[in-house]
Amino acid sequence: MNDFKYIRPTSLEQALAFLAQTDGEVRPLAGGTDLIPQIREGRKAPAWVMDIKSIPELNRLEFDVNGALHLGAAVPCADIIASDEVGKRFDLLRQTASLIGGMQIRNRASVGGNICNGAPSADTAPALLCLGASVHVATQKGMRKSPVDDFFRGPGETRLSSRELLVEIEIPPAPPRSAGCYLRMTPREEMDIAIVGVASYVVLAARGKRCKEARISLGAVAPTPIRAKKAEALLSGKTLEAGLIEEASRLAAGEASPITDIRGSADYRRHLVEVLTRRTLTACLQSLRVEM
Amino acid sequence: MKSKTISLVVNGDTHQLFVQPRDTLLQVLRDTLGLIGTKEGCGNGNCGACTVLMDGRPVNSCIVLAGETDGRSITTIEGLSKGSQLLPLQQAFIDYGGFQCGFCTPGIILMARAFLDRHPSPTEAEVRQALAGNLCRCTGYDKVIKAVLAAAHGDKAPSRSSGGPAIGQRLPRVDAAAKVTGQAAFGADMRLPGMLYAKVLRSPHAHARIKRLDLTKALALEGVKGAVTGADIPPLRPEVVAAAGNMYVNTVDHWKSLLARDRVLHIGQGVAVVAATGPHIAEEALKLIEVEYEPLPVAGDVLEAMKPDSPLVHPDLLTSGTAENSDRPSNVASVLEMGHGDVEAGFRESDVIIEETYRTQMVHQGYLEPQAAVASADAAACPEPGEWGRVTVWTSTQGHFDARQSLCDLLSIPLSNVKVVPTEIGGGFGGKMTVWIEPLCVLLSQRTGRPVKIVLTREEVFQATGPGSPAVITIKAGAAKDGKLKALAGKFIYDAGAYPGSPVMAGATSGIGAYRLPNYKIECYDVVTNKPWVKAYRAPGTTQAAFAVESHMDAMAEALGLDAVEFRRRNAVAEGDPMPGDRPYNRIGFGLLLDKVAAHPAWTGEIDGASRNKGPSIRPGRGMACGMWFGAVLTSSAQAALNGDGSVSVSVGTPDLTGTRTGLLQVAADTFGIPAGRVSIAVNDTDSGGFSDGSAGSRTIYSMGTAVFRACQDAIAQLKGRAAARLRVDAEKIDYEKGVFKVKDSAEPGLSLADLGKMSLWRGDGPVVGHGSLTRMAPAPGFAAHVVDVEVDRDTGKVKLLKYTAFQDVGRAVNPTLVEGQMQGGATQGIGWALSEGYVFDNGVLQNPSFMDYRMPTATDVPFIDTEIVEAPSPDGPYGARGVGEVPIAPPPAAIANAIYRATGVRLRELPMSPERVYRALRGK
Repeated sequence: MNDFKYIRPTSLEQALAFLAQTDGEVRPLAGGTDLIPQIREGRKAPAWVMDIKSIPELNRLEFDVNGALHLGAAVPCADIIASDEVGKRFDLLRQTASLIGGMQIRNRASVGGNICNGAPSADTAPALLCLGASVHVATQKGMRKSPVDDFFRGPGETRLSSRELLVEIEIPPAPPRSAGCYLRMTPREEMDIAIVGVASYVVLAARGKRCKEARISLGAVAPTPIRAKKAEALLSGKTLEAGLIEEASRLAAGEASPITDIRGSADYRRHLVEVLTRRTLTACLQSLRVEM
Repeated sequence: MKSKTISLVVNGDTHQLFVQPRDTLLQVLRDTLGLIGTKEGCGNGNCGACTVLMDGRPVNSCIVLAGETDGRSITTIEGLSKGSQLLPLQQAFIDYGGFQCGFCTPGIILMARAFLDRHPSPTEAEVRQALAGNLCRCTGYDKVIKAVLAAAHGDKAPSRSSGGPAIGQRLPRVDAAAKVTGQAAFGADMRLPGMLYAKVLRSPHAHARIKRLDLTKALALEGVKGAVTGADIPPLRPEVVAAAGNMYVNTVDHWKSLLARDRVLHIGQGVAVVAATGPHIAEEALKLIEVEYEPLPVAGDVLEAMKPDSPLVHPDLLTSGTAENSDRPSNVASVLEMGHGDVEAGFRESDVIIEETYRTQMVHQGYLEPQAAVASADAAACPEPGEWGRVTVWTSTQGHFDARQSLCDLLSIPLSNVKVVPTEIGGGFGGKMTVWIEPLCVLLSQRTGRPVKIVLTREEVFQATGPGSPAVITIKAGAAKDGKLKALAGKFIYDAGAYPGSPVMAGATSGIGAYRLPNYKIECYDVVTNKPWVKAYRAPGTTQAAFAVESHMDAMAEALGLDAVEFRRRNAVAEGDPMPGDRPYNRIGFGLLLDKVAAHPAWTGEIDGASRNKGPSIRPGRGMACGMWFGAVLTSSAQAALNGDGSVSVSVGTPDLTGTRTGLLQVAADTFGIPAGRVSIAVNDTDSGGFSDGSAGSRTIYSMGTAVFRACQDAIAQLKGRAAARLRVDAEKIDYEKGVFKVKDSAEPGLSLADLGKMSLWRGDGPVVGHGSLTRMAPAPGFAAHVVDVEVDRDTGKVKLLKYTAFQDVGRAVNPTLVEGQMQGGATQGIGWALSEGYVFDNGVLQNPSFMDYRMPTATDVPFIDTEIVEAPSPDGPYGARGVGEVPIAPPPAAIANAIYRATGVRLRELPMSPERVYRALRGK
């Protein structure tokens, strides 16, 4: 493994000061389940590894008075899964956090680390996009909040600058009559990386079967996790039935721009977007007890 | 580098430790604290072998920095049991046979322990999910899951009869406690004072000329003590060169492959090796080695490599075995034919003829323990340069005598100067029959005067340890309306990788060996390419051939309108039928096996859960396939010594990969007619026993079991003489039964083993040591049939296994738990070949040298593997036993392909049957 220096700040101020002063690449370390293998394999060679797990703000897992979830960037997936309250209010987040690695990995890996790693296949990203999550980023000038939609830049890249640190992810309260589902395609059941991942989220109108809002997010089919906005637009405001879902699924497939790599070809991936969009939307309706 | 001190509580003891930033928790536990029970299987958090509990939570210690653990509390396997008292969970792993090699076992037990603490009453599915991050390659997951469930629910251990013969009993493994407590010492667990750590610089190219290689800077790095390149390996002796073609591995090719000289021939081929005072320094030194490569065109795909205009792997390689074009260099190393009767006449008699081509991928044995060895060359006993003193090598090998022979041939050392000591071995499956790192350790140790250790990384294991051969197989078969096969023509093309020596002939003959073929002809092509050099992998060559032949037989059965099992019954070989090569089969159990399958609910019953409403895209199907393996014999030596108290100590020359010590002990106990508890057994080293080949080819219980039987018989014969002298009668008047020597037809109590043991040591009779050895025996072919129910998702191409039943003729199940474990482990490996495993190359460069993208099945990917043991005793094996390890890997790919066909009407003819490949086949593209 390449050599590096290790630092563990105990406050956000210390961390920011360190980022401001230090020459050379600094990589924040949460669970390390991506970072340490990357350093070992020489894919990353930071001068510094900054362990962020002792910063209190990054370890929050709590709901505010409005019902929004504040999820510190260093909170391991296992804590999210273990929280009954998260499961009750944001089942979609629990579903995706449960799919990361095996139990050993989930005891270390955080959602914050998952999105900062910037992999287009990050399992939690489609869920966060669907849930309308925001990121709180500590900058040298104070905190900035932005939608998670603007967080990703490209494969392995985010819009965080080298002087910034992801502090937490905020998920707004779930509207009533809403449900989400994430499905991914992997050759193995567990311990695998999504060939394609699709999350769908449906919010029904106050009464009846009409869909007030639909969100569809795709993983591993574009340089970043993306929303399938044309498919979403098609569904919003309509009563969802099989034909419409088929059409939305086709639209979503058209919004994907996948590549061919060792995990799957572009056209198989596009096809999977269609299948998984249909299945996730159908599952949402089943959760909401809407008959088609 | 900036070191710091951390305070770490490990198993209740507080340690102040000085660590470097890049030290992992795993390194600190193993190297600093000597807690060897925590294993490194992959280094990237993909296998779970390094699982420890951090503040009670399981984590992969290989991807936790030591610096992160300041103030934390760690529990390793050593901290789990209190004193000598095992946890019920550990006991359950022993009772249920929840481990085979034991390398992954500490991690699995810790994971299970942490899981059960939070979920005391789990379901099977929950246990599978909890263990998904822990790979087991040897025994699969069946017995592991059952052990965890039994521990959770307080189930009683499987019953064991007390008294009576040992054979047939589910005796616990002799090494059980060491394996479930982490005390067993594997290759990487060896440490010697003053030891150096060596790392190998490997080729990033599949084919390139080395224009320049300069180690000056690397050697100047502080802490670097020596280096070796290809030019430093001494030339082979002429007699070794002359005999090279006769060895299991061609010694000249083996010698060339150790470290490249002018050209690298495959990704990961070694170029230089550096020894330093620590592994970090050795790794830094590799970066300072200057190599200039000139990339050369790559012979990648095996069919392309056979074309006359292909780049040549070896510009001087001529095709052997055929007169055709044998004067022009080619990548076709050999073409061998074998046949019987008139194939064309057979096809003319056939009513149904089918011809198809099948392809299999390059696969890895996937043992969880990477190769590891330590060599210590006695520099002081080396008076002249080039003269050898004593060399001792500790290594994780399937055969220490074979390893010594190879080492001595490769490095021109007299056999008597080398001692090879086998460590516990964390799986092999044929992949640890070849020395790769041992010669490098020896050369470096000789050069530096210090012990030298090499432990491979998982990436190196994938690149440079001899995977299994990919194959392209074309089968044409004809049968008459009555369902009898009339003719078979097969073209078997096996990709050997960078040097000749694929198992094409073994594969082709075992592929067709299960069927009565009045006319057949097989052509076997051994082809070199710029890929890692292939080596044996469990039933070498057979799984590839079985995928082709057994898929083909399914198609034949269907075309004839016959049930797949019935078709095989009509064509199954029986005693007296010729094997390929025309020697007759002795007693075999194939017919008995097929009868059992035909009547079994796994074959005749409804597919479970098929009625469940899973939507129109999910289709169920059932398939079956068979497999056969001729069974290796080779050379075996064993000793049985009578101890002073009448107990017996057995020593054998075959390392124990799968529990063979226990099985061989059972053979010895029954041969003496004494309780198993009165027998001990050990694997020797090369200085302390006669030559034995390694544990391979399903030969250990069969061949070494016979040697043990003979050693015991020899000891008993000697003891009869002793008893006769003491009782003052002729030796032939002495009867021996159950530990007592009596005069025939006499009411006198006679002499017990204990009496004679005492006399041997303290009354002047002298020690009694029985010897048993053999080098030739008729093989005992083993047959298997697997039945599998699948569900195919037509929309995604994903195949899910619903139910799996493995039937096998084992001759006599010496230890049913261990036999079942072999059947389940072999099936699980075959399932991996079938669905998810495979090397992916881009112009010869391996794209997936990790357990993340080389996807071995996890606990969530396989159902329980039900086992049905059939016992048709072998005529010559100990108590009728046959070898059992190889054959269960052969049927799964074809069985699953056949099930997919029954589910969808589409036949997959290429492995792995990944979701995308199945999807494409369903779409006809």
